[in-house]
Amino acid sequence: MAGGEYLKKLSWKSFQGLYIIGIISILVYFWLPREGLRVYRVVFNNILFMLGIIPPIFILVGLFDVWIPREKVTRHLGDRSGLKGTGISIALGALAAGPLYAAFPIAEVMLRKGTSLRNIFIFIGAWSTMKIPMLLFEIQSLGPRFAISRYAMSFLGVFLIAFFLDKLLVDDEKKNIIEKFQ
Amino acid sequence: MDLSTLIFYVIVLSLLGISFFKDRKKTVEALLKAWKSFIVLLPPFLTIIFLLGFIVVFIPEKTIALYIGEESGFLGFLISSIVGAITLIPGFVAFPMAKMLLENGAGIAQMAVFISTLMMVGIITAPLEASFFGWKATMGRNLMAYFFSFVVGYGVWLVVNI
Repeated sequence: MAGGEYLKKLSWKSFQGLYIIGIISILVYFWLPREGLRVYRVVFNNILFMLGIIPPIFILVGLFDVWIPREKVTRHLGDRSGLKGTGISIALGALAAGPLYAAFPIAEVMLRKGTSLRNIFIFIGAWSTMKIPMLLFEIQSLGPRFAISRYAMSFLGVFLIAFFLDKLLVDDEKKNIIEKFQ
Repeated sequence: MDLSTLIFYVIVLSLLGISFFKDRKKTVEALLKAWKSFIVLLPPFLTIIFLLGFIVVFIPEKTIALYIGEESGFLGFLISSIVGAITLIPGFVAFPMAKMLLENGAGIAQMAVFISTLMMVGIITAPLEASFFGWKATMGRNLMAYFFSFVVGYGVWLVVNI
């Protein structure tokens, strides 16, 4: 799954919210010029802040996408992959880009190719909360203490959730999930 | 631009250089993907920036602090976690949003809970998730992630306040 493909195509609909809020801001400006001006100043400052930070993040995402072939890695994630499989699952999720629901189709491919369910849950967990490009951005926005402590806690959470989820599902249910994709 | 941003630029540009040296076609492809992801994210991104502008200008700091501030207690956590669990805001938008709310009176722990639930819990995407893994696994994952988010909030609060 490539970097841009999970995202919806750009269309008129994508701009709807922006139009509405843009028009509101113009109305506010005429109604309350002082507040309106302050809104524009906050918006302008934030756009500047973003433009300083965003370009390298997206370049990184693009490079990850092009250089890391996912099919190859899925082979090393089966039931007997042990710690190595766990590590790869985390790395795959952490190096990914895109919202959580983009992870589900990839998880499906991984399941079909023989990835164990526990590794799938670890992968989903890592994807949801341990993405490296996001961490870099989080450090820049919220500071290293906030970002790194949140990341470390989430790391623990990903393991705990995968472990208990694996225990929660009895063998029959696991078989059902896996068989669905075969 | 601060130092960490500068270092980040240097690292990414070196990686880009290595990539270009090894395979030009792939590098161009990577840049195209980067551009496409950026462009698609831009409209919702700008919308949220505007929304934040309104919040900061029209909702007084005191009100933000009252509902999700350091002293907002259980109600603050409840609000942050529910908003986080329901909404689908990409991290690129959520982090600056949390930063701005923090600067305007929101509490550290509340923001950590918000970001954690935002990333791990997806109420709107739950039906999609269930179509892949079934409802039991989906409910299990989301519920555990929801409650774990409070642990994350507490941990982050401890670390930031050392």
